[in-house]
Amino acid sequence: MFVLLSFTPFQPTPGLAIWSLLIFVLFWVIMGKFAFKPIAKALEQRESDIQNALDAAKSAKEEMANLKAQNEKIMAEAREEKARILQEAKDIKNQTINEAKEKAREEASKIVAAARNDIENQKKAAIAEIKTQVGGMAIEIAEKLVRQQLKGQADHEAYVKKLVDEFNLN
Amino acid sequence: MSFSFFWRKILLTFAHVLQDPSKIMSQKHIFHFIFALFIAFSAAAQDHGQATESHGTDTTMHAQAHTADQPMHAEEGAGHEAEGHGHAEYDPAGTAIHHISDANVYSILDFVRIPLPMILYAPETGWDVFLSNKFHPGHHEDGHMAYKKYVMHHGSVFRIADPAYTAEEAEVEGFTHKVEEKEGKPVDVYFATIGGTEYRLHPRTTLDGGVLGGGITPFFDYSITKNVLSMILVALLLGFFFIKAAKAYKANPDKSPKGVQNVLETMFLYIRDEVAIPFIGKEKYMKYLPLLMSIFFFVLGLNLFGQVPFLGSVNVTGNLSVTMIIALVVFVIVNINGNKHYWQHIFWMPGVPVPVKILLAGVEFMSLFIKPLTLMLRLAGNISAGHIAILSFIGLIFIFGKSGESMSGGAIGTAMAIPLTLFMMAIELIVAFVQAFVFTILTASYIGAAIEDAHHGDDHAHAHH
Repeated sequence: MFVLLSFTPFQPTPGLAIWSLLIFVLFWVIMGKFAFKPIAKALEQRESDIQNALDAAKSAKEEMANLKAQNEKIMAEAREEKARILQEAKDIKNQTINEAKEKAREEASKIVAAARNDIENQKKAAIAEIKTQVGGMAIEIAEKLVRQQLKGQADHEAYVKKLVDEFNLN
Repeated sequence: MSFSFFWRKILLTFAHVLQDPSKIMSQKHIFHFIFALFIAFSAAAQDHGQATESHGTDTTMHAQAHTADQPMHAEEGAGHEAEGHGHAEYDPAGTAIHHISDANVYSILDFVRIPLPMILYAPETGWDVFLSNKFHPGHHEDGHMAYKKYVMHHGSVFRIADPAYTAEEAEVEGFTHKVEEKEGKPVDVYFATIGGTEYRLHPRTTLDGGVLGGGITPFFDYSITKNVLSMILVALLLGFFFIKAAKAYKANPDKSPKGVQNVLETMFLYIRDEVAIPFIGKEKYMKYLPLLMSIFFFVLGLNLFGQVPFLGSVNVTGNLSVTMIIALVVFVIVNINGNKHYWQHIFWMPGVPVPVKILLAGVEFMSLFIKPLTLMLRLAGNISAGHIAILSFIGLIFIFGKSGESMSGGAIGTAMAIPLTLFMMAIELIVAFVQAFVFTILTASYIGAAIEDAHHGDDHAHAHH
């Protein structure tokens, strides 16, 4: 049986105080140097690493988006180029065809013209020949006539003259 | 007899479970265990009663001593009553104080008594260093032997005052307690009976200057006490875990934390982000982080260590010497880092009329000391109160058991004490965290106020110009 008037845990004792001071200060210094500061630094490092990684991911994403936009632009340009080239090719084709047609037409007209010329020349030659032959035939006719009906000089002469006049040679 | 028998049964059950953990699933074993625990607690009440019976002689002497030379005290009445009953009355308050006090021996469950180094200094005889098993501490941590003028009573060391006593070692027959009047205040005085003679004992020196019943006495106790040993153990344990965690951070800086590292990191980040940075600021917090972390983890570690059942239930953070030292460290750190702005606000508050300045200087100067004082008292009070509450609930067993007279009363007390103690332990677990956090956050706010930049003060000055 004991009645304590003195509340012993609340009586500060020099021994416990000195040991507490020693242990607490040692704990503070050693843990501060070897645990709390390194851990705090490691945590800060890790946080900044995470932030950097997030930033890097964000910029990579942006870059990707840029790249994609650029690609699309290039694609669009290429498509345009393709259309343009096709159009050009078409134009060239049409032009070539037209040129060819023109040339053909020209050639054809030249040929036709030449043919016409030939025909004309032939015609002229034929006419000339016909004229020659007709002349001969006329002379022949005349000769025959002359041989058969040479009765009156005067009449003959007049007749020949009339015939000759009628031959209007070109 | 019955007491140790049932404890043995509990330990055997434990051993069975440890050998084959799958057995813990067996309902039979759990039933056995709970039943044995229940009986053991009830039996403990009886055992305690028998033990206090021997102290009954103390009480008798106590009462007689008073009637001889002292006016009556309230406590004496209780002594007389106890005498009349034949059985010593169970004293819940005294028991609780005994269990939360520091001791020179580390007792676990009344079986294991680990001797601790005694480092004693008396100006009269000089230094004495020896192990506390020289006292042969027994039940109630009372030493059966006196060694070099020193004796152990309730785990605490006392010195025999009589200069005529010179024996190196002597058997102590018993201790007596009296209440004497000193300068109008009642004071506890203890006596040891050695060889039939009663010797007056000096308690160890305390720093309260008589306010709490102590004072400077002819000897000083610098021993490695139970509390000191607990502090060393907790500091080493925390050191082990933290340095392991620090190594893990160094080895894998960008890896997610695992195990102990993860647990510590959660609390570490909480203190850093909710305490250090908001109160001190992002630029300066790194300088004070080790102190804040040391306070938080040291206090939390000791709070939790004191709540482990069957581990001595030490009361380190409930002891004023310990909280006084931590508060003192905070006081020193706050005031050596205080800037001009801080001191100006204490001694010459800007922006108020001169009479108010003088008034505020007095108030602020007082608050300079009240702040660490409240830090010290809040932590010690909370933790001690929790320990006392748990011990009081356990004390129900002895109160209902009428100090061992009634076995069934003890059983009823046990049935009540178990849920109440469990509830209190749950509350204490919260208090352990809350008090560590409160101590840390207040420290951070005091440091933050001391190193705050002057722009706040300029606003004051401008507002009144």
